[in-house]
Amino acid sequence: MPIFSYLVIPKAGAIDTLHAELTALPWCEIIPADNKEIVILVTDTPDAATEKKLQERLKELDSLQSMSMTFGHNDEDQPGKQRGDYEA
Amino acid sequence: MMKTNQENNEVIMKLDRRAFIKSAAASSAIATAAAIFPGISFAEWKKQEGASGMITWKKAPCRFCGTGCGVLIGVSGDRAVAVKGDPNCSVNKGLCCVKGYHSVQALYGKDRLTKAKVRRNGEMVEVPIKEALDIIAAKMKDTMAKHGKDSVAMYGSGQWTIPDGYVASKLFKGCLGTNNLEANARLCMSSAVTGFMTSFGIDEPMGCYEDIDYANVFVTWGNNMAEMHPVLFSRMLANRKRRNNVEIIDFATRTTRTSQAADRSILFRPQTDLAVANAICYEIIHNNWVNWDFLNTHVSFHKGKTDIGYGTEDHFAFTDKEEPINFEEYKKFLEDYTPEKVEKISGVSARDIKYMASLYGDPTKKVTSFWCMGMNQHTRGTWIQNLVYNIHLLTGKISTPGNSPFSLTGQPSACGTVREVGTLTHALPHGGVANEHDREMAAKIWDVPVSNIDPKPTYHTVEMFRALDRGDIKFMWIQVTNPMVTMPNLNRYRQGALKDDRFIVVSEVYPTPTTDVADVILPAAMWVEQEGMFGNSERRTQHFAQIVPPPGEAMSDTWQLIEVARRLGFEKQFPWSEEEHIGKIWEEYRRFHEGPKHNMAPYTVLLERPGVMWPFVDGKETRWRFNPKHDPACTNGKDFDFYGKADNKAWIWARPYEPAAESPDAEYNFWLNTGRVIEHFHTGSMTRRVPVLHQAMPSSYVELNPEDAAGLGVINGEMVKIISRRGSVTMPASINGRGVPPRGMVFVPFFDESYLINEVTLDAFCPISKQPDYKKCAVRLEKA
Repeated sequence: MPIFSYLVIPKAGAIDTLHAELTALPWCEIIPADNKEIVILVTDTPDAATEKKLQERLKELDSLQSMSMTFGHNDEDQPGKQRGDYEA
Repeated sequence: MMKTNQENNEVIMKLDRRAFIKSAAASSAIATAAAIFPGISFAEWKKQEGASGMITWKKAPCRFCGTGCGVLIGVSGDRAVAVKGDPNCSVNKGLCCVKGYHSVQALYGKDRLTKAKVRRNGEMVEVPIKEALDIIAAKMKDTMAKHGKDSVAMYGSGQWTIPDGYVASKLFKGCLGTNNLEANARLCMSSAVTGFMTSFGIDEPMGCYEDIDYANVFVTWGNNMAEMHPVLFSRMLANRKRRNNVEIIDFATRTTRTSQAADRSILFRPQTDLAVANAICYEIIHNNWVNWDFLNTHVSFHKGKTDIGYGTEDHFAFTDKEEPINFEEYKKFLEDYTPEKVEKISGVSARDIKYMASLYGDPTKKVTSFWCMGMNQHTRGTWIQNLVYNIHLLTGKISTPGNSPFSLTGQPSACGTVREVGTLTHALPHGGVANEHDREMAAKIWDVPVSNIDPKPTYHTVEMFRALDRGDIKFMWIQVTNPMVTMPNLNRYRQGALKDDRFIVVSEVYPTPTTDVADVILPAAMWVEQEGMFGNSERRTQHFAQIVPPPGEAMSDTWQLIEVARRLGFEKQFPWSEEEHIGKIWEEYRRFHEGPKHNMAPYTVLLERPGVMWPFVDGKETRWRFNPKHDPACTNGKDFDFYGKADNKAWIWARPYEPAAESPDAEYNFWLNTGRVIEHFHTGSMTRRVPVLHQAMPSSYVELNPEDAAGLGVINGEMVKIISRRGSVTMPASINGRGVPPRGMVFVPFFDESYLINEVTLDAFCPISKQPDYKKCAVRLEKA
């Protein structure tokens, strides 16, 4: 059950389109900045397969210039080498 | 089908947990955006926060290095959910590094220790914490009765809060009467202390981080600041971008991210920084770049013993003997260190040595030297500090904005707790155990007979663990540190801790290789689960309140010590209530430092501010010590007053180059260098529980030079066996990764308990500071 957050930067002049496209995607919530053309995207998918599909759909968005991950959590993919399990 | 109540509760808990994680994800993104785009606003998010009343923000210092960044911690209910840089903290001005931004997640690993455990019939079993505390007190009493007071010991940390260290010192030195008190800061900064004491007679940097905003030249001496002090490094880079007269010189033994960002990267052979520093001084004098007014008024010249050994044998003892010399004798001493001669020793070209000397020697440039473990973890650690101070003293570039020899620390309170409280065998909160006046002061403040305080230091850290191995110490209580990962020559000390009649108590937040050897484990409160103070690298004391409750029966280290002290009969010395004890302890401790040289801010002032620098005199912080324009302790009427020494002067020392304790030879033909990475704090016991950090840097590796890797027939990721005279570790190779060692050297980060590189390292130390050298020993490599 992965949760990620990103700073998303639109292509020039495409901020409104980006808002609309991200809002329309499943598993996505956005927090737009008021005074910069930046959007925070929080994704919350039920499993790794859905997450992979979502990543592919995000890559296909024409309005999207770049995404920088700022947070990542995945219950299914907890570190294995260290003793114990991890929980954010 | 209807769900049971329990199932319903589980669903609600899961939803709450996911909402919490999503909130943390959003907060992390907002904090990052704020750092990258100053002034950015997210009104939508603020509305959500405000509407739900979900997050309140409270100040604290970050606990993941010695910089002391101010952070604001977002709290929702009883849980810390987000972090952002504190814009009111002058240290970081709102910026954090990757560890800081994710720091609160380290509180919530699934395997957090929440209950006390006691070893019974070889198994660790859970017990109520009060029972564990009873067992500890009884064991201490019994051990002292059978084997004497020096058979019990405490090993603490530069991550101890100031009250933690203070009550430990009061209990062990004042009440129990043993100087068996050490802290892991012995492994990270004791050479910095002896450097300050021998050159200036008083500890800790004379400057402050504001030096970064004035300096024209930064020289990083064996100091990968880009990874170890990333916020300060960012401040350097920002200054270089903003001003057109700033350059950064990275002087190191391997190429790192710092080298890549520097204007010039100069590599030297391990240990030969001693020779290069002397060559810079030779060149400064040879070219008459000496600041004679400063030198003639404020500096005296000295020499000490040479060929001083390496401490690899038990019971090693060394005492330096200072002899005054004059300038001409010092100048003659430097004749062995012409740039041309030193080029042959160090591998640094005479041209580069002259270039570095010219930067220090140029009267129009302000120069700040930064260092940390490269100079501290050094078998001549005290000497190399002296030699870098020599450069600044010859040129008079000291104690003024931008002119600063600056020793950085690696832990949040190595300065505040270990150096200022004095949680080392020889020290007291003011001065040392060997000084009668200091013992009298401590006895008075602690309300104990002065005869309780033993005037003789016992064991420094390496010797303390040797004493545990030998059986001279039978009981050891370890708090906030992980020596079963960090001790050099680790095999010996782990075997010592495991011997039958040894009793080990470990206060920890997560299971570690150190809790593996424990007879009692106490669950500890971590960071903002307790009230406390840290002291950072620039003499800044930073208070934090208890922001969230500790889990289960976890208890602060301070309160654990108080509980045991009371069980040992010292209620009078530890009378405070749980609600007020931190404020009361602080005000008692502050009495040790009264006076203009070290006065600490009152508790009420610490509560209000993101940090206060000492000396704090008449409501003002002191930014540059020894300079009467800034430092009220200066009384000599001159432009500087080095009041730490009896002659009111700073001391230049003639210290030679001497080789490392162990160098590559025909059999063990590589240098082994060890260190850290940006993602993890020290042994990784906390940061490896943060998924983002763990996934970014999941396991350790051995950096190889590409040509050495080719010679060995190893490609990236293949396993390499690293073998020394003490042990071996097999781990994956990293070739042309973030760091690249020169030919003949390998580098291994020590954060990963799966690859205990300290089973390979050597327990040699600086005979003056007793700090081990983790940067140099000889190994050979095999393709595994």
